[in-house]
Amino acid sequence: MTVGLFNYWACVVLMLIGLYTAIARPNLIKKLIGLGMFQVAVFLLYISMGKVSGGTPPILHTSGEAYSNPLPHVLILTAIVVGIATLSLGLALVVRIWEAYQTLEEDEIVERDHD
Amino acid sequence: MTEITDVALLIFMVILAVAISRMQNLFMVAVMMGIFSFLSAVVFTLLDAVDVAFTEAAVGAGVSTVLLLGTLALTTREEKVAKQKNAFALLAVIATGGALIYGTLDMPHYGDANAPVHTHVADRYIEKSGEEIGVPNIVTSVLASYRGYDTLGETTVIFTAGIGVILLLGRALRKGEKS
Repeated sequence: MTVGLFNYWACVVLMLIGLYTAIARPNLIKKLIGLGMFQVAVFLLYISMGKVSGGTPPILHTSGEAYSNPLPHVLILTAIVVGIATLSLGLALVVRIWEAYQTLEEDEIVERDHD
Repeated sequence: MTEITDVALLIFMVILAVAISRMQNLFMVAVMMGIFSFLSAVVFTLLDAVDVAFTEAAVGAGVSTVLLLGTLALTTREEKVAKQKNAFALLAVIATGGALIYGTLDMPHYGDANAPVHTHVADRYIEKSGEEIGVPNIVTSVLASYRGYDTLGETTVIFTAGIGVILLLGRALRKGEKS
């Protein structure tokens, strides 16, 4: 069975679901969750590119098998940690918005601003 | 076998993502997001990215679920029902999707050892890092030594985010004590 481009297409679909959730849902927590799904899709895209068929994890050994590419792994390790930093800052803003408006729905917040 | 598992898990993730997007109960959404992260960690293991897998399992499934649940405890658990379907958002998403799929068409296939991504700096890391750095795990060598400045920058981002959270929430907590 050949996977071909399936991994990339699955990543694209996950990205689109995340993007739609972030744009279309008025709830602020749901928007952050959509952003999180989008991020995971980007991670999967990078890691899929690093895979070598029949390769092993990039830890030195002497059996002569090929290694998968370690570089995307390093980049995505950094991205995961940065992702959690943005998520925590976003959630802190959500808590402050809840204290000020008592709602997390974007349309209600805009309405209250116009009152 | 690996390929079949990979495809099956990715299909699971898509189904789970649709479920998360449609769900109204934010508590369930937070827990499902944890499952989503764990599934992605399994896919990372299949794709030989073991370091990424355990970071995703610890940080993505662990810490971010805790942060989400903490936020829900401080705010609300229910999302209000959306009033109308957002046609503009759907259009934007479909246009983006078309562009992205078009972009994948001439990409190297899964597992291709001759893909451009494997032919530049990665070879040097694999061949030389053992004698230059002396750590068996190549990802660790690259992360801490060859690309050490990246990691320094990452630490700066975490520090900044931490200060931001303290400034945002610390003020609210002090106010709460006064009243």
